[in-house]
Amino acid sequence: MSAEQNTLFIQHFWKDSNRTLEYYLKNMNGYEAAKKVFAGMTPDQVIDEVKKANIRGRGGAGFPMGMKWSFIPKNSDKPKYLVCNADESEPGTCKDRQIMRYTPHVLIEGLLIGSFAIGCHHAYVYIRGEYVREAELLKAAIDEARAAGYLGKNIFGSGYDLEITVHRGAGAYICGEETGLLNSLEGKRGEPRVKPPFPAVSGAFSCPTAVNNVESIANVPHIIRMGGEAFAGLGKIDKSGGTRLISLSGHVQKPGVYEMQAGSMTLRQIIDQFGGGLLNGRRLKAVIPGGSSSPVLTADEIDVVYDVEPLMKIGTMMGSAAIMVINEDTDMVKLLLRITKFYAHESCGQCTPCREGCHWMESILHKILHGEARPADIDLLVDVAGNIGGKTLCALGDAAAMPVQSFLKKFRPEFEAYVKGLKRHA
Amino acid sequence: MEKQLSQKFYEAMKDLEPRYPNKKALILPALHQAQAECGWLPPEVLAEVAAYIGVHEAQIREVASFYTMYNLKPVGKNHLRICTNVACCLRGADELMSYAERKLGIACGETTPDGMFTLSEEECLGACTTAPVMMANDDYVENLDINGLNDWIERAKNER
Repeated sequence: MSAEQNTLFIQHFWKDSNRTLEYYLKNMNGYEAAKKVFAGMTPDQVIDEVKKANIRGRGGAGFPMGMKWSFIPKNSDKPKYLVCNADESEPGTCKDRQIMRYTPHVLIEGLLIGSFAIGCHHAYVYIRGEYVREAELLKAAIDEARAAGYLGKNIFGSGYDLEITVHRGAGAYICGEETGLLNSLEGKRGEPRVKPPFPAVSGAFSCPTAVNNVESIANVPHIIRMGGEAFAGLGKIDKSGGTRLISLSGHVQKPGVYEMQAGSMTLRQIIDQFGGGLLNGRRLKAVIPGGSSSPVLTADEIDVVYDVEPLMKIGTMMGSAAIMVINEDTDMVKLLLRITKFYAHESCGQCTPCREGCHWMESILHKILHGEARPADIDLLVDVAGNIGGKTLCALGDAAAMPVQSFLKKFRPEFEAYVKGLKRHA
Repeated sequence: MEKQLSQKFYEAMKDLEPRYPNKKALILPALHQAQAECGWLPPEVLAEVAAYIGVHEAQIREVASFYTMYNLKPVGKNHLRICTNVACCLRGADELMSYAERKLGIACGETTPDGMFTLSEEECLGACTTAPVMMANDDYVENLDINGLNDWIERAKNER
């Protein structure tokens, strides 16, 4: 099934020379979609095309992108902002990085078209601070586009102006949450905001704002060029158009970023066909299917179509399409402790359930692993997780609770073995 | 008070000013630029950034302390940040961290007495398909193994 994948990005990755404007114009129909837009499409027509494309946000929540843009008020006289979320930081995810490294112009063209659609004249790319080189590459590509007249004043003689600014974060997972990101962009601590108001009404600098993931925006030129319906048709499942970039990591033979038509493969096919199966002939124990916050799956749950709704049906999520493969030698208690330590470290501290609860979960797991826990501590752990999920301003609380709940549901005997003294930490 | 930040800092900021609707949005870029000049952010530098932005020092410290990349303590000439998050941990990051600690003779979080190396544990760096990964100063070193780590440290030692 994977052999005949119709892909939009991957064939242009992995070669440094592909990131130039020259390559983009010659091999990726560069800036043709933007020309088509400026030759006579209205902002509403652009948004309609994106709606027809059935593109779900690629950052994790999977919200329909066209819908998000249509929430931006048309009659507001405030400036409007398009903010690209390049804070890629859900553990397991590294696809946006490849877009910025190898095909930065498709992102820039997407920003140009998206800005036109919502009436924005200054777009920001909020990129995680650690991506120092990627930020440099993106800035260089922006300069290149500007020099060629694709950005700046009076683009294509249309009277439309756009500037793009690359804004670096400084190391905080929570800035991937869109309102945490906006606070960070404004020069504040990256603490998520109380919603409503949603960013579409009051986002960056209290103005209407659309926040979209890198891969989402980079798909926009493809949508406009091929038409929304054709783009939707790339998806092999309802309500999910286009292709998906997947970050496949962990115990597979060939970890890597791959691309598939949405809904065209099962999780097992991805692991076997893209990943070449498990490393060193070991057996599969578990899969984390959508970034470290997504509920874990056991080895016999992977014959599921890899897309938003099928995964939701079996109680997990596609998230940012980051698949982490775990073999039989892995200690699930130790792994869950590592995941939980991450969320405890990254909790911004605003909401008590998350700030306190994540540390409690970390400390209970630490006790379990080191043989210091009582049998009742396993239930205490489940109880604490249940008191975080759904009780916080942003999704970080849920992100911390879901791994704990799912690991304990599916791998409870491993935790009990420690508590009963049958197993000791090496 | 004597200025800590160079003319270059102020010029870089002047270029950025028109890109934001207010000056406060320059706090993160200013801290990055200041750290690039000074290696870390001592109180005098935070005070100077505050004066430039036009806010109280506490407001700058409040922001700087939120983000892990701003060094509020001095760091070594080479800052090695080894990712130990899930994907890297599945691929042996713990062994790399232990090796780095032994090789450098310091614990994670410390700086060598000669100021040459700081070793830190890093959360997910977003390069999971080439795990394990470390960030060595501003660059990623991917598909890292003990030999690669050893070579990197030896090379950095010889460049002193």
